[in-house]
Amino acid sequence: MKKNLVLLLLSLTLLFSFSFAQEQASGGTDLNPNAISSETERLGSMLQLSDIPNDGGGGIEINWTLNDSLSNYFITIIRREGNIKKIVASDLLASSGQVRDVNSDENKSNVKDGTEYFYTAVLSEYAVSQEILDYLVCDSLDMEAMTIADANQVYLISDESGPVKSKASWFNLERLTVLISAIIITFLFLLYLQLARKGKELYIRKISGLDAVEEAVGRSTEMGKPIMYILGIGYVTDIPTIAGLTILGRVSKKVAEYETKILVPSYDPVVMTTAQEVVKEAFTEAGRPDLYNKNDIMYITQDQFGYAAGVDGMMLREKPGAVFLQGLFFAESLILAETGHSIGAIQIAGTTETAQLPFFVAACDYTLIGEEMMAASVYLQKDPLMLSSIAAEDVMKVIIIIILLIGLILGILGPGMHIEFFDKLFNLLIEIL
Amino acid sequence: MFIRRTLPLLVAGFFGIATIIQFFVPHPASRTFYNMVLDWMIIVTAFTYLMAVQSTIELHTTKIKRKVEGWQYSLVVLISLGITAFIGILGGAFTPSTILMKLIPAFKPSSTSPLMYTYLYMQVPMQSTIFSLLAFYMASAAFRSFKARSFDATMLLVTAAIVTIGRVPLGEFIYKGFPEIIEWILKYPNMAAQRGILIGVELGMIATSLKIILGIERKYLGGGK
Repeated sequence: MKKNLVLLLLSLTLLFSFSFAQEQASGGTDLNPNAISSETERLGSMLQLSDIPNDGGGGIEINWTLNDSLSNYFITIIRREGNIKKIVASDLLASSGQVRDVNSDENKSNVKDGTEYFYTAVLSEYAVSQEILDYLVCDSLDMEAMTIADANQVYLISDESGPVKSKASWFNLERLTVLISAIIITFLFLLYLQLARKGKELYIRKISGLDAVEEAVGRSTEMGKPIMYILGIGYVTDIPTIAGLTILGRVSKKVAEYETKILVPSYDPVVMTTAQEVVKEAFTEAGRPDLYNKNDIMYITQDQFGYAAGVDGMMLREKPGAVFLQGLFFAESLILAETGHSIGAIQIAGTTETAQLPFFVAACDYTLIGEEMMAASVYLQKDPLMLSSIAAEDVMKVIIIIILLIGLILGILGPGMHIEFFDKLFNLLIEIL
Repeated sequence: MFIRRTLPLLVAGFFGIATIIQFFVPHPASRTFYNMVLDWMIIVTAFTYLMAVQSTIELHTTKIKRKVEGWQYSLVVLISLGITAFIGILGGAFTPSTILMKLIPAFKPSSTSPLMYTYLYMQVPMQSTIFSLLAFYMASAAFRSFKARSFDATMLLVTAAIVTIGRVPLGEFIYKGFPEIIEWILKYPNMAAQRGILIGVELGMIATSLKIILGIERKYLGGGK
């Protein structure tokens, strides 16, 4: 009995000493090297490499899949180009499953197109120390090794994957839907243009805001007051500003016919120069080039609220009888419209900014909502060729409404009522769009 | 005629089509082209500022010469323009703090340049002043708009009242479900209406762009059909 007790004590002491020695060797962590070693066999060539599709080159996509037991591990990716090694990413969560090796603004030749690259993954339970990172890119590292270790942990090294080359694409397939839509609308536009040329009558509905242009100019003339035309704070590259300039041409012609004065305070010098040309041509067209004064189309400032203050001041001094706000407006919209209202001017506004529309509706007499502004040039000119664009827009709107309805029905039957067939169709529609 | 009308139309058409193609081509050649066009735009814009300065000086000197009402303000504009340009150029090229330190030994150098000083302590407060007017204008515009004159106006009034009350803590105090109601109004009926407008706007923009590229819309060149 005593002998057995001594043997038991001896065994316990030995076991304790062994486990203590193991803990000392692993730096006091709870690492179980046997568990990691058992995964070593399974790492293999774990990285799937591919060129990033639809990009301008200089990018490699690295994907991996690991079993759940390794999902909390950290992953470090090493790239090899000939004998040169580089750390692409370190201490990523292995569960992330993907990383991209791409060029950046700081390093535009990080990944060179046409060059062969090889990638290796290193898995670790804890964050990788700088010493190990340096070791991983040094020449003496044997890439065939399956594990390396430091005082803290064991690192699993995958087989090298590759080669992979990056290349630039000539077409972005992700934008195929946009291209198809552009082709459809261009086709419709050209079709209706052809029909208009052949004499087909195209209809455009009444836009009261544009019908009021003549009334506004006439009223201003009767009162002996000038007209103020504000193009907002857009640039000449903005379509709403171009639409505003088009309407300016028609308004200026009316102004010249009524022999009154138009003031155009500008935010951008290019817009100012363009507006000067537009007004000058309109006055010439109306047969009154003598009435044109270049200084009536003036530059204010390119500061949003400075511009608002300048225009407000001008409104209060000049007291225009009509104020046109046509273009791109942001936070200054209500400041301008309310000042115009306070001086009793008839106000016709138009913008594509949905956030500013309620302000214009509240403060102005007439508001051109979104597309009405784009249609203004067509409406004012009543040119059949120009009307073709409105007809093409309407057909496109019908197509969009049909797609929306299909999406709505599929959305209810698929994700809503969980009917698998419709769910698949719904996902397909989302993917296409 | 060719220089004034045909050439600009050809240039607009060419660059319009090239920019559309560029949108679909991710190749570096396409990106280089796009960046080059952007650089050209910056250069052209820089020159147009000279025209802006010329316009400002011409307008205000005319006002001063003719002694029109409020001509004194024009004088303030021209003096401010001159001073800002002066300190802007000196601040960038000659570091005036060093010059000032030589002239005035007691002068302490500052990390804020004189031009930045005018921006931070003059322009920004003035901008904020004008921006703060918006609160008062919103109140006056809302007061005029929210009158139950018709069914539509009443709908607007009721919705606005619900949204306004729901957006302040008082709304939640009155009824806990208020924030959810507001969220629903903004997320569904409001968003649906906005998207309807936006679809029309985008189609209008595409149509206008096509008209410019094809040379049908040429009003932006000044006059003519």
